[in-house]
Amino acid sequence: MTRDEALFEFLLRLGDNTSILSHRVSEWIGHSPVLEEDIALANTALDLIGQTQLWLGLAGEIEGKGRTADNLAYLRDAWDYRNLLLVERPNGDFGKTMMRQFLFDAWQSLMLGKLLASSDPRVAEIAAKASKEVAYHLERSADTIVGLGDGTEESHNRMQAALDDLWDYTGEMFISDEVDEVLATEGIAPNAASLKAEWEELVGRILTDATLTIPAKSYAHKGGKSGVHTEHLGFILADMQFLQRAYPGASW
Amino acid sequence: MSNEWPLWEVFIRGQHGMSHRHVGSLHAPDGEMAIKNARDVYTRRNEGVSIWVVEAANISASSPSGKGPLYEPSNSKVYRHPTFFDIPDDVGAM
Repeated sequence: MTRDEALFEFLLRLGDNTSILSHRVSEWIGHSPVLEEDIALANTALDLIGQTQLWLGLAGEIEGKGRTADNLAYLRDAWDYRNLLLVERPNGDFGKTMMRQFLFDAWQSLMLGKLLASSDPRVAEIAAKASKEVAYHLERSADTIVGLGDGTEESHNRMQAALDDLWDYTGEMFISDEVDEVLATEGIAPNAASLKAEWEELVGRILTDATLTIPAKSYAHKGGKSGVHTEHLGFILADMQFLQRAYPGASW
Repeated sequence: MSNEWPLWEVFIRGQHGMSHRHVGSLHAPDGEMAIKNARDVYTRRNEGVSIWVVEAANISASSPSGKGPLYEPSNSKVYRHPTFFDIPDDVGAM
Protein backbone atom coordinates (compact mmCIF):
# COMPACT_ATOMS: atom_id res chain seq x y z
CA MET A 1 0.00 0.00 0.00
CA THR A 2 1.46 3.35 -1.05
CA ARG A 3 1.55 6.43 1.13
CA ASP A 4 -1.22 8.08 -0.87
CA GLU A 5 -3.45 5.01 -0.87
CA ALA A 6 -3.14 4.81 2.90
CA LEU A 7 -3.73 8.54 3.31
CA PHE A 8 -6.84 8.40 1.13
CA GLU A 9 -8.28 5.58 3.29
CA PHE A 10 -7.40 7.42 6.48
CA LEU A 11 -9.04 10.66 5.30
CA LEU A 12 -12.19 8.74 4.39
CA ARG A 13 -12.23 7.34 7.92
CA LEU A 14 -11.98 10.79 9.46
CA GLY A 15 -14.47 12.37 7.06
CA ASP A 16 -16.97 9.51 7.28
CA ASN A 17 -16.85 9.60 11.09
CA THR A 18 -17.74 13.27 11.17
CA SER A 19 -20.26 12.97 8.34
CA ILE A 20 -22.25 10.09 9.82
CA LEU A 21 -22.11 11.46 13.36
CA SER A 22 -23.23 14.85 12.07
CA HIS A 23 -26.22 13.21 10.41
CA ARG A 24 -27.12 11.35 13.60
CA VAL A 25 -26.82 14.50 15.72
CA SER A 26 -28.86 16.49 13.22
CA GLU A 27 -31.72 14.01 13.69
CA TRP A 28 -32.33 15.75 17.04
CA ILE A 29 -33.07 19.14 15.53
CA GLY A 30 -36.55 20.14 16.59
CA HIS A 31 -36.79 17.17 18.96
CA SER A 32 -34.32 17.97 21.74
CA PRO A 33 -35.52 18.01 25.34
CA VAL A 34 -34.93 21.77 25.65
CA LEU A 35 -34.39 24.60 23.21
CA GLU A 36 -30.85 25.32 24.42
CA GLU A 37 -29.75 21.73 23.78
CA ASP A 38 -31.45 21.77 20.40
CA ILE A 39 -29.32 24.70 19.29
CA ALA A 40 -26.17 23.25 20.87
CA LEU A 41 -26.68 19.95 19.03
CA ALA A 42 -27.29 21.79 15.76
CA ASN A 43 -24.03 23.69 16.28
CA THR A 44 -22.17 20.44 16.89
CA ALA A 45 -23.67 18.86 13.77
CA LEU A 46 -22.66 21.90 11.72
CA ASP A 47 -19.09 21.81 13.06
CA LEU A 48 -18.90 18.15 12.06
CA ILE A 49 -20.24 18.88 8.56
CA GLY A 50 -17.57 21.55 8.16
CA GLN A 51 -14.89 19.08 9.17
CA THR A 52 -16.32 16.52 6.76
CA GLN A 53 -15.97 18.97 3.88
CA LEU A 54 -12.31 19.47 4.73
CA TRP A 55 -11.39 15.81 5.27
CA LEU A 56 -13.29 14.49 2.25
CA GLY A 57 -12.14 17.43 0.14
CA LEU A 58 -8.55 16.51 0.86
CA ALA A 59 -9.33 12.83 0.29
CA GLY A 60 -10.59 13.63 -3.21
CA GLU A 61 -7.47 15.67 -3.88
CA ILE A 62 -5.18 12.86 -2.74
CA GLU A 63 -7.11 10.30 -4.78
CA GLY A 64 -6.64 12.48 -7.85
CA LYS A 65 -9.64 11.18 -9.80
CA GLY A 66 -11.60 14.41 -9.69
CA ARG A 67 -14.00 13.39 -6.93
CA THR A 68 -15.14 16.22 -4.68
CA ALA A 69 -16.18 16.07 -1.02
CA ASP A 70 -19.81 16.04 -2.21
CA ASN A 71 -19.17 13.12 -4.58
CA LEU A 72 -17.56 11.15 -1.80
CA ALA A 73 -20.32 11.91 0.71
CA TYR A 74 -23.33 11.43 -1.52
CA LEU A 75 -22.31 8.90 -4.14
CA ARG A 76 -20.63 6.10 -2.23
CA ASP A 77 -22.54 3.10 -0.96
CA ALA A 78 -22.33 1.63 2.55
CA TRP A 79 -19.44 -0.74 1.84
CA ASP A 80 -17.29 2.17 0.74
CA TYR A 81 -17.90 4.06 3.98
CA ARG A 82 -15.08 3.88 6.51
CA ASN A 83 -16.63 5.32 9.69
CA LEU A 84 -16.45 3.67 13.10
CA LEU A 85 -19.51 1.58 13.98
CA LEU A 86 -19.91 3.76 17.08
CA VAL A 87 -21.05 6.83 15.14
CA GLU A 88 -23.79 4.98 13.26
CA ARG A 89 -25.40 3.70 16.48
CA PRO A 90 -29.00 4.96 16.77
CA ASN A 91 -29.55 8.05 18.92
CA GLY A 92 -31.64 6.38 21.62
CA ASP A 93 -32.58 8.85 24.34
CA PHE A 94 -30.80 12.15 24.86
CA GLY A 95 -28.45 10.59 27.41
CA LYS A 96 -27.38 7.90 24.98
CA THR A 97 -26.75 10.45 22.25
CA MET A 98 -24.55 12.42 24.64
CA MET A 99 -22.72 9.28 25.77
CA ARG A 100 -21.93 8.39 22.13
CA GLN A 101 -20.83 11.98 21.59
CA PHE A 102 -18.59 11.94 24.65
CA LEU A 103 -16.88 8.64 23.79
CA PHE A 104 -16.24 9.93 20.27
CA ASP A 105 -15.23 13.47 21.31
CA ALA A 106 -12.62 12.08 23.70
CA TRP A 107 -11.11 9.98 20.92
CA GLN A 108 -11.34 12.72 18.30
CA SER A 109 -9.71 15.33 20.53
CA LEU A 110 -6.74 13.02 21.14
CA MET A 111 -6.50 12.08 17.46
CA LEU A 112 -6.58 15.73 16.34
CA GLY A 113 -4.02 16.61 19.00
CA LYS A 114 -1.61 14.16 17.38
CA LEU A 115 -2.51 15.26 13.85
CA LEU A 116 -1.43 18.82 14.71
CA ALA A 117 2.11 17.46 14.39
CA SER A 118 1.43 15.55 11.18
CA SER A 119 4.25 15.51 8.64
CA ASP A 120 1.64 16.41 6.00
CA PRO A 121 0.90 20.13 6.43
CA ARG A 122 -2.56 19.83 4.85
CA VAL A 123 -3.58 17.32 7.51
CA ALA A 124 -2.07 19.45 10.28
CA GLU A 125 -3.93 22.51 9.04
CA ILE A 126 -7.34 20.84 9.10
CA ALA A 127 -6.56 19.39 12.52
CA ALA A 128 -5.74 22.89 13.82
CA LYS A 129 -9.13 24.21 12.79
CA ALA A 130 -11.11 21.18 13.94
CA SER A 131 -9.37 20.78 17.28
CA LYS A 132 -10.82 24.04 18.62
CA GLU A 133 -14.33 22.94 17.76
CA VAL A 134 -13.77 19.51 19.22
CA ALA A 135 -12.30 20.90 22.45
CA TYR A 136 -15.64 22.60 22.99
CA HIS A 137 -17.65 19.51 22.01
CA LEU A 138 -15.71 17.49 24.55
CA GLU A 139 -16.13 20.04 27.31
CA ARG A 140 -19.85 20.14 26.71
CA SER A 141 -20.43 16.39 26.38
CA ALA A 142 -18.19 15.59 29.38
CA ASP A 143 -20.09 18.08 31.57
CA THR A 144 -23.38 16.57 30.45
CA ILE A 145 -22.15 13.04 31.22
CA VAL A 146 -21.17 14.11 34.74
CA GLY A 147 -24.39 16.09 35.25
CA LEU A 148 -26.66 13.24 34.18
CA GLY A 149 -24.55 10.37 35.54
CA ASP A 150 -24.25 11.99 38.94
CA GLY A 151 -27.81 13.34 38.76
CA THR A 152 -31.07 11.67 39.73
CA GLU A 153 -31.58 7.92 40.02
CA GLU A 154 -33.42 7.97 36.70
CA SER A 155 -30.72 9.90 34.84
CA HIS A 156 -27.95 7.80 36.40
CA ASN A 157 -29.61 4.56 35.33
CA ARG A 158 -30.12 5.82 31.80
CA MET A 159 -26.49 6.92 31.50
CA GLN A 160 -25.24 3.61 32.83
CA ALA A 161 -27.46 1.77 30.33
CA ALA A 162 -26.09 3.98 27.54
CA LEU A 163 -22.51 3.25 28.56
CA ASP A 164 -23.18 -0.49 28.79
CA ASP A 165 -24.72 -0.44 25.33
CA LEU A 166 -22.04 1.64 23.60
CA TRP A 167 -18.89 0.43 25.32
CA ASP A 168 -18.38 -2.54 23.01
CA TYR A 169 -18.24 -0.13 20.07
CA THR A 170 -15.25 1.81 21.42
CA GLY A 171 -12.62 -0.91 20.93
CA GLU A 172 -12.64 -0.40 17.17
CA MET A 173 -11.06 3.03 17.59
CA PHE A 174 -7.81 1.41 18.71
CA ILE A 175 -7.45 -1.46 16.27
CA SER A 176 -4.58 -0.73 13.90
CA ASP A 177 -4.29 -2.06 10.38
CA GLU A 178 -2.00 -1.57 7.41
CA VAL A 179 -3.32 1.97 6.79
CA ASP A 180 -2.37 3.02 10.31
CA GLU A 181 1.02 1.41 10.05
CA VAL A 182 1.94 3.06 6.76
CA LEU A 183 0.86 6.48 8.03
CA ALA A 184 2.61 6.04 11.37
CA THR A 185 5.84 5.18 9.57
CA GLU A 186 5.48 8.29 7.40
CA GLY A 187 4.74 10.45 10.47
CA ILE A 188 1.41 11.51 8.99
CA ALA A 189 -0.88 10.06 11.66
CA PRO A 190 -0.52 8.17 14.94
CA ASN A 191 -1.02 4.45 15.08
CA ALA A 192 -4.61 3.85 16.19
CA ALA A 193 -3.55 1.64 19.09
CA SER A 194 -1.27 4.35 20.49
CA LEU A 195 -4.22 6.50 21.56
CA LYS A 196 -5.74 3.84 23.78
CA ALA A 197 -4.02 4.51 27.11
CA GLU A 198 -4.67 8.27 27.01
CA TRP A 199 -8.28 7.75 25.96
CA GLU A 200 -8.91 5.29 28.77
CA GLU A 201 -7.39 7.70 31.26
CA LEU A 202 -9.51 10.63 30.04
CA VAL A 203 -12.74 8.69 29.70
CA GLY A 204 -12.16 6.86 33.00
CA ARG A 205 -11.72 10.14 34.87
CA ILE A 206 -14.97 11.64 33.56
CA LEU A 207 -16.96 8.43 34.04
CA THR A 208 -15.71 8.21 37.63
CA ASP A 209 -16.86 11.79 38.24
CA ALA A 210 -20.17 10.75 36.72
CA THR A 211 -20.41 7.79 39.17
CA LEU A 212 -20.70 5.43 36.20
CA THR A 213 -19.11 1.99 35.99
CA ILE A 214 -17.19 0.83 32.93
CA PRO A 215 -18.48 -2.63 31.93
CA ALA A 216 -16.11 -5.33 33.17
CA LYS A 217 -16.50 -7.59 30.16
CA SER A 218 -15.87 -6.06 26.81
CA TYR A 219 -16.03 -7.19 23.22
CA ALA A 220 -14.89 -5.00 20.35
CA HIS A 221 -17.38 -4.83 17.49
CA LYS A 222 -15.37 -3.93 14.44
CA GLY A 223 -15.59 -3.62 10.69
CA GLY A 224 -16.54 0.00 10.09
CA LYS A 225 -13.00 1.05 9.25
CA SER A 226 -12.88 -1.51 6.45
CA GLY A 227 -16.44 -1.06 5.19
CA VAL A 228 -18.31 -3.78 7.09
CA HIS A 229 -21.18 -1.91 8.72
CA THR A 230 -24.24 -2.54 10.84
CA GLU A 231 -27.67 -2.37 9.20
CA HIS A 232 -28.08 1.18 10.48
CA LEU A 233 -25.71 2.78 7.99
CA GLY A 234 -27.87 1.86 5.01
CA PHE A 235 -30.83 3.70 6.52
CA ILE A 236 -28.71 6.75 7.26
CA LEU A 237 -27.41 6.85 3.69
CA ALA A 238 -30.90 6.33 2.24
CA ASP A 239 -31.93 9.47 4.08
CA MET A 240 -28.77 11.45 3.51
CA GLN A 241 -28.20 10.60 -0.14
CA PHE A 242 -31.81 10.54 -1.36
CA LEU A 243 -31.69 13.87 -3.17
CA GLN A 244 -28.48 13.20 -5.12
CA ARG A 245 -29.61 9.68 -5.98
CA ALA A 246 -33.07 10.71 -7.16
CA TYR A 247 -31.97 13.92 -8.88
CA PRO A 248 -28.32 13.44 -9.86
CA GLY A 249 -26.36 16.68 -9.88
CA ALA A 250 -29.19 18.68 -8.30
CA SER A 251 -27.95 21.91 -6.75
CA TRP A 252 -29.27 25.23 -5.48
CA MET B 1 -42.70 23.73 37.04
CA SER B 2 -40.26 22.64 39.74
CA ASN B 3 -38.56 20.40 37.17
CA GLU B 4 -37.64 23.38 35.03
CA TRP B 5 -34.10 24.67 35.02
CA PRO B 6 -33.72 28.17 36.45
CA LEU B 7 -33.76 31.18 34.16
CA TRP B 8 -30.48 33.01 33.49
CA GLU B 9 -29.97 36.46 32.05
CA VAL B 10 -27.14 36.65 29.53
CA PHE B 11 -24.73 39.56 29.02
CA ILE B 12 -22.21 39.61 26.20
CA ARG B 13 -19.26 41.87 25.54
CA GLY B 14 -19.17 42.43 21.80
CA GLN B 15 -15.56 43.52 21.59
CA HIS B 16 -12.77 44.61 23.83
CA GLY B 17 -13.36 47.99 25.41
CA MET B 18 -17.14 47.76 25.20
CA SER B 19 -19.30 46.93 28.17
CA HIS B 20 -21.33 43.75 28.52
CA ARG B 21 -24.85 44.14 27.17
CA HIS B 22 -27.95 42.22 28.00
CA VAL B 23 -28.78 40.02 25.00
CA GLY B 24 -31.51 37.73 26.31
CA SER B 25 -32.16 34.86 28.64
CA LEU B 26 -32.10 31.07 28.69
CA HIS B 27 -32.55 28.07 30.97
CA ALA B 28 -29.69 26.04 32.41
CA PRO B 29 -29.07 23.80 35.42
CA ASP B 30 -26.09 25.83 36.68
CA GLY B 31 -23.82 28.77 35.85
CA GLU B 32 -21.30 26.78 33.85
CA MET B 33 -23.95 25.24 31.64
CA ALA B 34 -25.60 28.64 31.32
CA ILE B 35 -22.36 30.00 29.86
CA LYS B 36 -22.13 27.05 27.46
CA ASN B 37 -25.74 27.50 26.42
CA ALA B 38 -25.17 31.23 25.99
CA ARG B 39 -22.19 30.45 23.77
CA ASP B 40 -24.36 28.19 21.64
CA VAL B 41 -27.47 30.37 21.57
CA TYR B 42 -26.07 33.90 21.47
CA THR B 43 -22.57 33.81 19.96
CA ARG B 44 -23.13 31.65 16.89
CA ARG B 45 -22.35 34.57 14.60
CA ASN B 46 -19.20 35.71 16.29
CA GLU B 47 -20.94 38.25 18.50
CA GLY B 48 -18.83 38.08 21.58
CA VAL B 49 -15.52 37.98 23.40
CA SER B 50 -16.89 37.56 26.93
CA ILE B 51 -20.05 36.19 28.50
CA TRP B 52 -21.65 36.93 31.87
CA VAL B 53 -24.67 35.05 33.16
CA VAL B 54 -26.69 35.77 36.26
CA GLU B 55 -29.61 33.84 37.60
CA ALA B 56 -32.67 35.96 36.95
CA ALA B 57 -33.91 35.42 40.50
CA ASN B 58 -30.82 37.22 41.77
CA ILE B 59 -31.60 40.44 39.96
CA SER B 60 -33.25 43.19 42.01
CA ALA B 61 -35.32 45.39 39.74
CA SER B 62 -37.05 48.72 40.18
CA SER B 63 -40.80 48.68 40.15
CA PRO B 64 -42.63 50.15 37.13
CA SER B 65 -45.09 51.77 39.49
CA GLY B 66 -42.25 53.78 41.07
CA LYS B 67 -41.62 55.51 37.75
CA GLY B 68 -42.85 58.93 38.85
CA PRO B 69 -40.79 59.43 41.99
CA LEU B 70 -37.76 57.62 40.56
CA TYR B 71 -37.27 59.31 37.22
CA GLU B 72 -39.48 62.30 36.66
CA PRO B 73 -37.64 64.65 39.04
CA SER B 74 -34.62 64.60 36.73
CA ASN B 75 -36.65 65.68 33.69
CA SER B 76 -36.57 69.30 34.73
CA LYS B 77 -32.84 69.40 35.43
CA VAL B 78 -31.40 69.84 31.96
CA TYR B 79 -28.14 71.22 33.34
CA ARG B 80 -27.24 67.65 34.30
CA HIS B 81 -27.19 66.51 30.67
CA PRO B 82 -23.78 66.84 29.03
CA THR B 83 -25.32 67.97 25.75
CA PHE B 84 -23.29 71.14 25.59
CA PHE B 85 -20.05 69.46 24.54
CA ASP B 86 -18.89 68.51 21.05
CA ILE B 87 -17.41 65.04 21.19
CA PRO B 88 -14.64 64.44 18.63
CA ASP B 89 -15.33 61.52 16.27
CA ASP B 90 -12.01 59.95 17.25
CA VAL B 91 -13.33 59.23 20.72
CA GLY B 92 -15.48 56.48 19.26
CA ALA B 93 -18.13 54.66 21.25
CA MET B 94 -19.01 56.19 24.62
